[in-house]
Amino acid sequence: MTGRPHDPARERVLARIRRALADVPRHERPGDHPVPRAYALTHGERTAAERVALLAAHLEDYRATVHRAGAAELPELLTGLLRRRGARRVVVPAGVPPEWLAGVGAGAGVEMVPDTPGLTTGELDRVDSVVTGCALAVAETGTLVLDGGPGQGRRRITLVPDHHVCVVRVPSQVVDSVPQALGRLDPLRPLTWISGPSATSDIELDRVEGVHGPRTLEVVLLDEAAP
Amino acid sequence: MSRTYVGMPAFPRAAARAVDDAVLRANLRRATHTIRDRRAAAVAELADWAQLRTAAAAIKDRTLRHLDHYLLRLEENVTRAGGTVHWAADADEANRIVTRLVRDTGEREVVKVKSMTTQETGLNAALEEAGIRAYETDLAELVVQLGDDLPSHLLVPAIHRNRAEIRELFRDRMGAWGRPAPEGLTDRPAELAEAARLHLREKFLRAKVAVSGANFMVAETGTLVVVESEGNGRMCLTLPETLISVVGIEKTVPAWRDLEVFLQLLPRSSTAERMNPYTTMWTGTTDGDGPSAFHLVLLDNGRSDALADVTGRQTLRCIRCSACLNVCPVYERAGGHAYGSPYPGPIGAVLTPQLRGTASPLEQSLPFASSLCGACYEVCPVAIDIPEVLLHLRERVVEGGEATVRGVRTVVRPARRRALEGAAARAAGLVLDHPAALRRAQRLLYRTRGLHPRRLPGPGRAWSAARDLPPVPEESFRDWWARTRGDGAGRGGTA
Repeated sequence: MTGRPHDPARERVLARIRRALADVPRHERPGDHPVPRAYALTHGERTAAERVALLAAHLEDYRATVHRAGAAELPELLTGLLRRRGARRVVVPAGVPPEWLAGVGAGAGVEMVPDTPGLTTGELDRVDSVVTGCALAVAETGTLVLDGGPGQGRRRITLVPDHHVCVVRVPSQVVDSVPQALGRLDPLRPLTWISGPSATSDIELDRVEGVHGPRTLEVVLLDEAAP
Repeated sequence: MSRTYVGMPAFPRAAARAVDDAVLRANLRRATHTIRDRRAAAVAELADWAQLRTAAAAIKDRTLRHLDHYLLRLEENVTRAGGTVHWAADADEANRIVTRLVRDTGEREVVKVKSMTTQETGLNAALEEAGIRAYETDLAELVVQLGDDLPSHLLVPAIHRNRAEIRELFRDRMGAWGRPAPEGLTDRPAELAEAARLHLREKFLRAKVAVSGANFMVAETGTLVVVESEGNGRMCLTLPETLISVVGIEKTVPAWRDLEVFLQLLPRSSTAERMNPYTTMWTGTTDGDGPSAFHLVLLDNGRSDALADVTGRQTLRCIRCSACLNVCPVYERAGGHAYGSPYPGPIGAVLTPQLRGTASPLEQSLPFASSLCGACYEVCPVAIDIPEVLLHLRERVVEGGEATVRGVRTVVRPARRRALEGAAARAAGLVLDHPAALRRAQRLLYRTRGLHPRRLPGPGRAWSAARDLPPVPEESFRDWWARTRGDGAGRGGTA
């Protein structure tokens, strides 16, 4: 970045800030002010199985539905979830392994809608369900994080449809804590952290599920160790 | 019309109105007590809460002590990632920038994510004057907008409305703003949420421009973070072509890693959740995903004045969680509107007089809108010592002294006697009818005596004069005033 045009407001704000900080010693560098990080990086030691169990429990606490499957059972499970929902149109982003949805297709009367730039918000609003993977999941908070990587698509596809099925590979995609999650994420990617279905606390400060995002969140824990 | 805070009465008069409103008091009591217990449970889950809190305060202090440095890094990184950064010294500048940016798109309407900052600047009214309609999309902000009302809580701006009132507003007013409420709408929260979903969906789907705030801005990466529950934030942040975020300069944090502290503290303090349903993080623009134009408007509007006050500076650590409102005995009785700004409760009582200065009766009265019970400090996730700042501001109001006002070092004159006596005696007296709260306050007054400014006009004495309660053994405000300033004349009242 070179030579930005003169902006009087910018100069005024910066000058005010510098005057306001007259008490800060001149030799103090930004990193000099100490930040004691005595907090825990995880809250407890867990085996992989315990971590996955905690994720499941916390997802359910906030009314996500949790399913478990091995690779062999996954297609049948996903087909069943979509059928039970009565989904006719399902948006599927690039990078979702074709075998996941091997059981779903024209034969089953379900239209697979690819996530393309031409897909308008109006068309997306007429989609019933979306199936994605994720970047990682956080056990301690019951959170899924999507980063637009393979199998996750643009942010809007997990937002406009009312039913989101998210597949988490366990245990490799599960971390214990928020600090661990941030360490594995790339801030330059658009990130969406999802903890349960859309909710509001706006009516008498009590949580109610289901406002603008998907009102039904189903999480499939795909066991990498199982056949 | 968009209502504004212009011409709001001083705290005691506004609070008196609220205290007389039994429905309002019941609404506030129910809501704040519900969240209070749940917050305590969510916090108790983390054994290292105290360490997180210490780290959060230190991160914010580091940022504030070098705010110019971090803002320039932020600007550089947002720009590099495809965003455009604008600077606004005050509310009018911010509103002019946003209005121009919206006009440049050719659009006549915008969707908005809940934002204290644009409430503070009065953006909706400014847009309206320019012929641009702003649609609030947060459920509680929608309730406020439909009711031509003002927010009364940081997190839940319509906390003063109960479900029956929300139902009536939806039924009577939604049609004038777009899709009417469904026939036969009841006051079940799930149905009310469904009505909001249906009403707003068409607006989200056609919106070309969105206006948001942000919870955090990461200097080292240029990343902005919005923490929310409903998904209206995601709609606004990802569907439109142009996104304009108006953010106070103090929302900066130095490093990506610092989010690990705040993302643990904020949801638990705010909605008593391990994590809020949705958090969006974006850095500039991303090809093919989300808005193709991103503008960040950095707002000062009095923040650098607060920064110049070495005691008051800690107020800028605030992450707007609203935990201090939910535990405050004065807020619970007075309601949010009495504070005369988008920042109600204990944090508002210290923030508003610093952002706006203490030249008028409302701002002069706010530092007295407290029993000094200290509950706000205890729950504050960034350890703002609100009682300390309150006492500091009381001293400024009473004795005058140096302060920075719109960037200029100024000598503030003591407030007029009559206005002041009214503020001190009535702010707390009217709203505190709870003996336990007063006892706690008195204990704290005693414990914190060392922190008190020289010659504090004992507000505790003023309360006990208005209540049949054990008196605080201190000279009365009136006696003190007569002795130290002394014309000894008549009864005080708000000027």
